[in-house]
Amino acid sequence: MIEHLPVLPLVVVLIAALLQPIIGLRTPRLAWPLAVAAVGVAAGLAAVSLGVVVGTGTMRYAVGGWEPPWGIEVVLDRLSAFAETVILAVATFALLAGGRSVRDRHVRGEPVYYALALLHLTGLTGIAVSGDLFNVFVFLEVASISSYALVATGGGPALAAAFRYLVLGTIGASFYLLGVGLLYAVTGTLNMADVAARVPLIAGSPLFAGGLVFIVAGLVLKMGVFPLHAWLPDAYTHAPSHVVALLAPVATKAAAYTLARTFLYVLGAGELPIATLLAWTGAASVLAGGVMAVRQVEPRRLLAYSSISQLGYIVLGLGLANAAALAGAYLHILNHALMKAILFIAVGAASRGVVGRAAISWRMPITATCAVIASLSMIGVPPFGGFFSKWYLLEGALASGQPLFVAVILAGTLLAVGYTYRLTEAVWFADTAEVPGARREAPVSVLTSLVVLSAASVIAGLASAGIVDAVLAPAAPGR
Amino acid sequence: MDAASSLPGWALLPSALAVTLIIVSRRRPVVREAWSIAAAVTQSAIVIAMLPAVLAGERLVWQPFAIAPSVPFLLRVDPLGALFGMLASTLWIATTVYSIGYTRALAEHAQTRYFAAFALSLFAATGVALAGNLLTFFVFFELLSVATYPLVIHRGTPEAARAGRIYLAYTLGAGVMLLGAIVWTHAVAGGLDFEPGGILPGGLAPGVVWGLFALFVLGTGVKAALVPLHTWLPIAMIAPTPVSALLHAVAVVKAGVFGLVRVIGFVFGVEVLQDVGAAAALGAIAAATIVLGSLAALVQDNLKRLLAFSTVSQLAYIPLGFALGTFDAMAGGVLHIASHAFLKITLFFCAGAIHATAHVDRVSDLGGMGRRMPLTMGAFAAAAFMLAGVPPGAAFVSKWHLLLGAVDARAWWALVALLASTLLNLAYFTPIVVRAFTGPAAPVQEARPALLVPLLATAAGGLLLGLMPERFGRFLVLARAVAASVVPGA
Repeated sequence: MIEHLPVLPLVVVLIAALLQPIIGLRTPRLAWPLAVAAVGVAAGLAAVSLGVVVGTGTMRYAVGGWEPPWGIEVVLDRLSAFAETVILAVATFALLAGGRSVRDRHVRGEPVYYALALLHLTGLTGIAVSGDLFNVFVFLEVASISSYALVATGGGPALAAAFRYLVLGTIGASFYLLGVGLLYAVTGTLNMADVAARVPLIAGSPLFAGGLVFIVAGLVLKMGVFPLHAWLPDAYTHAPSHVVALLAPVATKAAAYTLARTFLYVLGAGELPIATLLAWTGAASVLAGGVMAVRQVEPRRLLAYSSISQLGYIVLGLGLANAAALAGAYLHILNHALMKAILFIAVGAASRGVVGRAAISWRMPITATCAVIASLSMIGVPPFGGFFSKWYLLEGALASGQPLFVAVILAGTLLAVGYTYRLTEAVWFADTAEVPGARREAPVSVLTSLVVLSAASVIAGLASAGIVDAVLAPAAPGR
Repeated sequence: MDAASSLPGWALLPSALAVTLIIVSRRRPVVREAWSIAAAVTQSAIVIAMLPAVLAGERLVWQPFAIAPSVPFLLRVDPLGALFGMLASTLWIATTVYSIGYTRALAEHAQTRYFAAFALSLFAATGVALAGNLLTFFVFFELLSVATYPLVIHRGTPEAARAGRIYLAYTLGAGVMLLGAIVWTHAVAGGLDFEPGGILPGGLAPGVVWGLFALFVLGTGVKAALVPLHTWLPIAMIAPTPVSALLHAVAVVKAGVFGLVRVIGFVFGVEVLQDVGAAAALGAIAAATIVLGSLAALVQDNLKRLLAFSTVSQLAYIPLGFALGTFDAMAGGVLHIASHAFLKITLFFCAGAIHATAHVDRVSDLGGMGRRMPLTMGAFAAAAFMLAGVPPGAAFVSKWHLLLGAVDARAWWALVALLASTLLNLAYFTPIVVRAFTGPAAPVQEARPALLVPLLATAAGGLLLGLMPERFGRFLVLARAVAASVVPGA
């Protein structure tokens, strides 16, 4: 059983996705519990596999028994197990929180929705564990196409946003594919480990350079990092809130993981000039996203630009590529997933059925508290997780010998203070007198998710040193 | 010298627990308030229990886990921490009793949020006091900003919202500067622990010292209300008076000057700052703050705003002492943390009592108040004159030390600033007292006991501290110990 762990989470989610239409024929109301249970089980398996990997080292699995490099390989090392666990765990709670909202919107079509969501998660999980460059593309497309459809379920303006997302997303995926193709042409293999072994031989080749650039460009676009972020604000604003709560925390993280994996581990580009370019792109995204976020009035659009800014931190860390910066970037994958999940869930819950600008803290105190925790984490106030990823990034920036990045990170923090304040002001203030009815908290499923994710935010913060020591530091390239 | 002990951790526990217990007992106000008082008393007891060890030269250390690699969560109790910790804990008791009276008198809303936020703020302030390294300090320092926000916006009015916005902008913005300073220090010094005499390596370029110091001053100077970073303080007076009393006269602003003292004495070292001229620059800012704060107080009609500007002015005595860098100046500065706390909290308590009982907020309406509320105004007058430096008040002792220290340093400008401040204090307090005790006779209608007893107690504290500064709370002994540990040549 243990030897199958690398593929188990993926298989569980995929089977659940395939079961959904069958469920749809008999008992549609089972769709939600099945989805949550499946992803929850998968998350548990992923966590177990993380433990196994930390204890005994990298696990390699040849799918179908076909040996690589011709067979497809699934590789579970610390970084991929970490990414897989984060994605599946956060997704579990995002699905849990979205249940009521999905039911309201899709009445009898729930199984279709959950089939799409589970396919999306299958794609993300596959990306996280794949040891083969082309296999990543396959799963990337599975995830992307289902996400276009998920966004489109919003109807109305969401259709235009989904179409734009589809066009830009396909361009991004095509860039990635083009890059992989170029690498294949010059290395003759698609297996990640094999390519990594051959890189020193081909490093001077223009095909290598071209492949590198196309892969990076494609993944930066998929991540929604400035200046290739155009699809993100509209998609996050117009898609239904339960969709955004699912996509925002995890989809971009899978792209971030892939960027880290290919850029640093497969292509070993941490020392090349393109790494500096990547760092500057991240820095630009931090600032541009922050500035645009401060100007937003609509909460989900604000959170969308905030995501662009926060993802910039991850790209910055990857570009700096020293031990501390990478630890910060990887930690931020976890922390940002948590904080964005909380915020999108909370904003979705707060906007449902509220008349006028009601003081949410008065009507929904638990939701409000969790939203404040997530906001503080985003600003980087200890002891919440966001502070610690920022600390490591700052140390990494200092270690890189370019103090300008320190200033960028601090400026980004100031901007975050600005835009989270606007969000939080609506939480504490308003005209409590005119809101009819007593307090009406969000449903239990939403509250459970919020509370668990908030607790995780605190725990991730307090345990960050442990996480870095056990999982992230040994995961650095070259170790 | 360092002794591992879990006592510092225990000292944080009461306030942390109180937050949860207060929220849980929200439907039973008597139980809820009992938790606050119990926590304050317990915390004071624990902090006082640590005093003998600290006075004997031991440093109680608690280091349960790492916050970041090679940077532990560190609580280390030294004289400075013990002084601030004791101050915050014991004045919390007085403020809780006072708060109960005040919120009942005014039938305030959201009392659970109020008392819970208070407890959380005290948790943060105690953590600031006991922190043994810059990162632990930072964690609690930022928590203090966040925990006090619900108290600033308590009233829920648009003005309160605006005040809260400005408060957060200033304090969180300063936090970002502080974070930059801390990361830079970590890179330069390799560690973040507070050590008497500083942890920076020798031979640092003056530009680095100046840059680092500037960031630290920006980071701590907002809470310490140094001009021109002080603007938030008068605006924050919109908070209920017990909040202004404890937090903005004692906990938050004292955390700011406390941080400055830690930075000067325990991160940089006084000599390092003197060598590059940064000490002199700080001294100039402090002196300017002393004078400008008092001048601004002179023209205020709103009593709380007047007291706020007086706070701005009085707080700057402490960085002034450390900018001078002589033994007496620094001892005086540290002692002033305590002197000012007792006396200013009394003044705010009186202002709140007057507001709650007679519904008067303005100096111009105080005519005859001394006859209506003789005890309250009596305490006000006593505290005001003691704060101005009239013996045998506590501020006289701290000011005397500062003056001696200024003479030792041949810093005549500091002498001028201190004396000018004394005169200005008298200039704005005397008319208030005179107006209160002349004017139309009125029937005596004193503040209720829950308000009166705390303000008399803290006024007595200010007097006792002046009469027996070494015995009362050992405050002068602690202050001298701090000065001795950081004075150049130590």
